[in-house]
Amino acid sequence: MTLFTRVQEWLDERFHWAELIKPLRKKTVPVHTRSYWYFLGGITLFLFMVQVCTGILLLLYYRSGANEAFESVQYIMTRVQFGWLIRSIHFWAANLMILTAFAHMFSVVFLRAYRRPRELTWVSGMLLLFLAMGFGFSGYLLPWNTLAFFATKVGTEITGQVPVVGHSLMIFLRGGEDVTGATLTRFFGFHVAVLPGLTTLLILVHLALVQYFGMSVPPSVETRWSASPAEARQMKFFPNFLLRELMAWYIALGVLGALSAIRPWELGAKADPFAPAPAGIRPEWYFMFMFQTLKKIPARVWFLDGEVIGILVFGAAAILWLLLPFFDQGGRGRGRKFITGAGVFALTYIIAMTVYGYMAK
Amino acid sequence: MDTWRNNGLRFALALPLFMVLCSVVRAQTQNTCLDCHSALDPPLQVTEERFAQDIHSQKGLTCASCHGGDSTSADLDAMSKAAGFRGKIERKQIPELCGRCHSDAAFMRQYNPSLRTDQLAQYKTSVHGRRLAQGDYEVAVCIDCHGVHDLRPASDTRSKVNPLNIAETCSRCHSNADYMKGYNIPTDQFAKYATSVHHEAMTVRGDRSAPTCTTCHGNHGAAPPGVGAVQNVCSTCHAFQAQMYEKSSHKDAFQAASLPGCVVCHSNHGIQYPTDAKLGTGQEAVCVQCHSPGDACDQARAKMLSDLTSLDEAIKNADKVLGIAEASGMEVSQARLEQDQARDELTKARVTIHSFQTDLVEQDIQAGLKITAMTHAEGKAALVERNRRRMGLGFSLGAILIVLVGLRLYIRQIEAKAR
Repeated sequence: MTLFTRVQEWLDERFHWAELIKPLRKKTVPVHTRSYWYFLGGITLFLFMVQVCTGILLLLYYRSGANEAFESVQYIMTRVQFGWLIRSIHFWAANLMILTAFAHMFSVVFLRAYRRPRELTWVSGMLLLFLAMGFGFSGYLLPWNTLAFFATKVGTEITGQVPVVGHSLMIFLRGGEDVTGATLTRFFGFHVAVLPGLTTLLILVHLALVQYFGMSVPPSVETRWSASPAEARQMKFFPNFLLRELMAWYIALGVLGALSAIRPWELGAKADPFAPAPAGIRPEWYFMFMFQTLKKIPARVWFLDGEVIGILVFGAAAILWLLLPFFDQGGRGRGRKFITGAGVFALTYIIAMTVYGYMAK
Repeated sequence: MDTWRNNGLRFALALPLFMVLCSVVRAQTQNTCLDCHSALDPPLQVTEERFAQDIHSQKGLTCASCHGGDSTSADLDAMSKAAGFRGKIERKQIPELCGRCHSDAAFMRQYNPSLRTDQLAQYKTSVHGRRLAQGDYEVAVCIDCHGVHDLRPASDTRSKVNPLNIAETCSRCHSNADYMKGYNIPTDQFAKYATSVHHEAMTVRGDRSAPTCTTCHGNHGAAPPGVGAVQNVCSTCHAFQAQMYEKSSHKDAFQAASLPGCVVCHSNHGIQYPTDAKLGTGQEAVCVQCHSPGDACDQARAKMLSDLTSLDEAIKNADKVLGIAEASGMEVSQARLEQDQARDELTKARVTIHSFQTDLVEQDIQAGLKITAMTHAEGKAALVERNRRRMGLGFSLGAILIVLVGLRLYIRQIEAKAR
């Protein structure tokens, strides 16, 4: 009897392990020409786990506070064994995680995987994407360098433009009227306690929903399989799909390692609140389409403030996008065409405005 | 009813009286000279718009304050001798006229307590003032530099005596070869100054503390600095260089030969950014113009040049290595900061050159070389670390590839078994 079998039996005696993992053994994944899109959610989860691990390691040396943050990150980058690698992996994994989360979201839109009964899976996924962007916004400030300081200043200023609650929200985020050490402490708190807690909870909900409803099959494939059930193909989740997912994780790890070793993330200069803002202040790439749009809206539109209009439009779009499954009534109706059109428009707009933002001076 | 009637009568009588009073008050504050002079042709033309720009006008002075007469009266009698009218002020009278107020500390205190009141006294000591006293009315008087009728304070960038404009103001006469004929002085000062490092600092970098004509020659007491005083003038800004020069053997030697200190090597109006080539033997070289090749001083020159060059090259080499490391994503900001210290040592050595003592220069050079040796080593270490990382990446990617191949084969195996 191998050690593994003995451990398995030991667990089974106490927790009925075999019963517990029975659903996993029975779980299957549909196999069709678009099955590869199923890997994106798993890769995003893997990158989140990398974030948790590297984040904990960074916490061993990082000190929040305007007088210590920059120096502690500098220490991590130059003196701590493999500190540069951990920080760079943390940075690149964050960016790749948001990229794969966006790709996952659009794949769900175009394959209509959000449709009944998976509305809440979509809503929980969207909330996770918002949280991931919150992670990015709060984490960007933590090294307390010039670029991060002024980008946070601009970002929180935009929050201040939200009608009615904007100013209070800005004060809450900044911990005062200006971006100071108090803002850094708050952002650190959000980044390492509030957001991870909420995200872990939502990931569990998201995974439970995916587990409960199973993998969605694209409508065209579903129709074909209904007409000819013999064509329907399934793959066992464990171990067949999981091993393939593991391969995807390894590839992601390779990309992550290569990016971190070849392009370790630079530290820049320490933030100086009294220095003038340097030219070319830009947010992280995933906020660029919003930033560029707000920049291009005229200061006054009719009698309204242009920036306020922009914020209201983005806010309304985010709410509508969150409620997307509820506009799809199934079948081949108008709602479906409208959602596909909106998805194409959103993707094109995000890419175009991001590229424009980076190319514009 | 009677009360109403009485009040109405009183109002009817009071109104014309009030209007007369108003017209009198208006006439007293009015500068009626401009009514005519606005319409005249130059040089008698002074428009209201132009005079409103004048600091004197803004402080409440009128034409009569300088020209006499009665500026409140529209009659021609206002320009009579009886009314104290002086007419056009003769050039020789201008400094004294301006001095009536500007040399009166008590009077000037009402308007600008911090303004000096020794301009006239200084002017009398200047070349301009002395020549004017001798009857040369072509020389500059107050209005030639400050303007007239639209005179602005020196702090105003539109003023002719604002630091940004002084050189051009002086050049209006001093660069005019015809005008300067007979004075026997060069007229290329402004042309040379326009190519100088001082002019660049003033106009390109906007450094208003950079030297312009008046910084070295004085303003109201303008005169060329004497041969022995040149280093005193330059030392107002270049203090360390002057201290070194004061203790050097050149000071006495230059004085004995009536050579004008700093100007001997750096020139005066057309001062260029000094390069180490001044210590060389090429076109820019200055030492070899006096010293013979191979003598003790020439050997000292060669030693100082070689020292400066070695530190300059060491800094560039370290910069290059650090640049490569930085471009590869290595963190070398500390070494970059140390490089700035090495650059400071090089600057210090270039200042110490003015002592013309090789041992002092070498001290600064050695301090700089010590730093560059360290930063160069830090850069090299960063490159070694970069290569180590890339090698580590290669091994990791190899290991990942092996695992991927293994996984793929394993999947194929279990799926073949299942079939």
